[in-house]
Amino acid sequence: MPQPDVPTTDIPSELLRDELPLPEVSEIEVVRHFTRLSQLNNAIDTHFYPLGSCTMKYNPKINEAMARLDGFANIHPLQATDTVQGALALMYRLQEWLREIAGFAATSLQPAAGAQGEFAGILMIRKYHIEQGDEKRTKILVPNSAHGTNPATTTMAGLEVIEIGAGPDGEVDLAVLKAVCDEHRDTIAGMMMTIPSTLGVFEDDLLEIIETVHSVGGLMYMDGANMNALLGIAKPGEMGIDVMHYNLHKTFSTPHGGGGPGSGPVCCSEKLAPYLPGPIVTIVEPASDEHEAPLYGWQMPEKSIGRLKAFHGNFGMHVRAYAYILAYGNQLDQVARHAVLNANYLRVQLHDTYNSPYDRLCGHEFVVEGRWKDVPDVHALDISKRLIDYGIHPPTNYFPLIVPEALLIEPTETETKATLDHFVSVMKKIAEEARTNPQLLHEAPHHAPVKRVDEVRAARQLVLCCQPLPAESTSDGVSASSEPEVVA
Amino acid sequence: MGYIPHTEDDVKAMLAAIGVDSLDALFEDVPSQHRFPTLNLPEPLSELEIATTMETLSWFNLTTSHYATFLGAGAYNHYSPAIVNQLLLRGEFYSAYTPYQPEVSQGTLQATFEFQSMIAHLTGMEAANASHYDGATALAEAVTMANAIHNGKRQKVILSPTIHPQYREVVRTYHQNKPFKFSGDRSGTATLLDITDMVDENTMLVAVQYPNFLGQIEDFNELARVTKTHGALLCVVADPVALSILKPPGEFGADIVVGEGQGLGIPMSFGGPYLGFFATNSKYVRRIAGRIVGETRDLEGQRAFVMTLRPREQDIRREKATSNICTNQGLMALAACIHMAALGKHGMKRVGELCWHKAHYAADQIDALEGYSVDRSLPFFKEFVVTCPRPVNEINQSLLDDYGIIGGYDLSLDYPHRGNQMLLCVTETNPRAEIDMLVKALREIAEAS
Repeated sequence: MPQPDVPTTDIPSELLRDELPLPEVSEIEVVRHFTRLSQLNNAIDTHFYPLGSCTMKYNPKINEAMARLDGFANIHPLQATDTVQGALALMYRLQEWLREIAGFAATSLQPAAGAQGEFAGILMIRKYHIEQGDEKRTKILVPNSAHGTNPATTTMAGLEVIEIGAGPDGEVDLAVLKAVCDEHRDTIAGMMMTIPSTLGVFEDDLLEIIETVHSVGGLMYMDGANMNALLGIAKPGEMGIDVMHYNLHKTFSTPHGGGGPGSGPVCCSEKLAPYLPGPIVTIVEPASDEHEAPLYGWQMPEKSIGRLKAFHGNFGMHVRAYAYILAYGNQLDQVARHAVLNANYLRVQLHDTYNSPYDRLCGHEFVVEGRWKDVPDVHALDISKRLIDYGIHPPTNYFPLIVPEALLIEPTETETKATLDHFVSVMKKIAEEARTNPQLLHEAPHHAPVKRVDEVRAARQLVLCCQPLPAESTSDGVSASSEPEVVA
Repeated sequence: MGYIPHTEDDVKAMLAAIGVDSLDALFEDVPSQHRFPTLNLPEPLSELEIATTMETLSWFNLTTSHYATFLGAGAYNHYSPAIVNQLLLRGEFYSAYTPYQPEVSQGTLQATFEFQSMIAHLTGMEAANASHYDGATALAEAVTMANAIHNGKRQKVILSPTIHPQYREVVRTYHQNKPFKFSGDRSGTATLLDITDMVDENTMLVAVQYPNFLGQIEDFNELARVTKTHGALLCVVADPVALSILKPPGEFGADIVVGEGQGLGIPMSFGGPYLGFFATNSKYVRRIAGRIVGETRDLEGQRAFVMTLRPREQDIRREKATSNICTNQGLMALAACIHMAALGKHGMKRVGELCWHKAHYAADQIDALEGYSVDRSLPFFKEFVVTCPRPVNEINQSLLDDYGIIGGYDLSLDYPHRGNQMLLCVTETNPRAEIDMLVKALREIAEAS
């Protein structure tokens, strides 16, 4: 950092802190430290990552370059709208494309992640009922196979969860749903559903479920986590869904970043459009003879639930998703077709080795049981950890909760047949090892940077922060003490 | 096409293995009347065409790299060392998922632990979490935490009117269906004394900003004392860049410190993705929303990191979780971590001092201009309030059109009693020549009117 180029002004000493306990290391040490840390991770760029419900598809490099363009990275969110027409045009078109892809009337790009998109949708449903004078509608139906965010969102929005049990096929039990709808008729605000379901299947009774909820005055929320199976295959808005969110970091290839940032745009029908979180981008002046491009500006929807975050959403993610949609355009259905092809291919290949509780055509993911009757002490966790030894990131495990020892496998469309065949052979080998040498599984991983990690100790002896570094510390790594070494 | 690697032969072989004869046949479970709709989208583009199209679009934005910028108000033009972006581009970091499998996520986990540590040290608190969406949602989550700590028995939340207006909006959005009473900021004119007088036995949380939205550094010692006396919690929304030189909120009695970490190595990017941080003291860590990384050992006794206190979170606690947060701003936390490590103690402090000196230099010059006055009633850091001779939007238009300067924030948008008041921001990225140009421009604009 440079020396001041202006006359300095005294900073009153009573305002100043005594010390700043931050590290002091050379640039090369910082580079090596974080490079070394990066090498301890599995990532899409390094390993097959069949993590169900997370859609770990390839993150195109061009998207990263586009998000870093000067004209997108270096604009201030509060600049006058006439100085950011490019950004507003991009957001407007993305709003329109997302609306078109899912068959809705309107979009808000504001939610920062899927969970915030859900939150927006449930607040919109609640506010809609209040505006109709229907204050007593406070209950949200949630299938027991749902993502944890669904019930948590409901509570966070100040509403009450009614859990709907699954039938023997893992799907929403229509008879149960009808009974619940009868019992709570006037107090049902809506229902949250994931399509295809968290088991990766298109529910047989989908349209009837939607109709049942609508018939008692409830609205349908769709958790769009699994949209990768639906792109160009079906439009939720046309099937009767009232409001849904996307995860741009799942379906539209924006990177997961080791936990975020995401982006969770929310789309809805005409009647819910006035309730969208805002502001959203609108056309202030249409294109004309004088101006060949329309003039874009901000608009707060008329009865908006309000603002969900400062400024306008995770714009950098909007840029990446925009670039991704440009790559596929009106052939976006190819994404879903090949994602579903890959998942079904794996499903049939694993069919004889791993028990599939719901063995039928699946969407973009499917669930198997990570357990066998003849080796009862081998668990889904052991299989997961053993996969690490073979250079494959474990699938989602122990979710959905309704399947015992669940392994939820989602290959995505960007994986080759050769990668899938390798995965199958590894999964078969592990099934064999479970019989011949189960200890190999129990003690796995053997070839990771660390052995199994003591989670109980972490929770009991809480260490959430390293001790402040000594004031004159000038060397030896950012976190003060030793780092794990790469042994893989 | 796109990023799908399959050959025609692959597809044929895979369909045969599945036992269907076409890709269409994979979708028989989708209701037939809704199957395969038309997508009204443009034709697909090649990578070259994507790059050209988007570059062209980006030219329609005026950027802070081409225009002298004095706009802050919650998003700041700070310099970030080149290594931050370089390291962030490592696919091992950005294309990894949430570190649910600790054995193959030690990189993300340790970096997050280091981020938590630095945030705790910077704020003077004992613990921090792995991030929130932004400063505004971190504040909204602080209200949730205060409510949980008081077991829902207190209803009042006092918001200082000098908290960022959009943050206060977000807090209200989050809690619109809750029986909470928000007070303190309705008129926009309440002083710190007024706020202090409002604290009572029904107050769960008092929230203030440091430096506040107007750039001023208020003395919260008395407020902290009164808040504690009434058993309420004090939440301070802090600028982490200012904390490089200013007293940390932990020292004057904050129970929760939240804020926006964008200034720590994250581009302004039209408002996101940014970085909400959340720090508190150890007695409340079990009430924090979101992910927390803890240090532990692996089975061989080697130091290792893992997400901990997991039973608080939505995927386990479901409807009993206090927050639904899942995806956070992980990569942004990594950016901040690298940024702080790269600048180090002395670099961070230098940035803070540069902001202070440059802002004060600018304020002195502007205050001396005919028709302008700077609010000097309280000390300020990198932002300050200027009363102008004309409405702010007119001045900004002239600054942009005639001088190529992106001017300050129009305070009358949020505070009706602050007509003609502009919030100016000066950081280490504004060289003296830019400041002098701004001063000259403001003088000429006043003379012309």
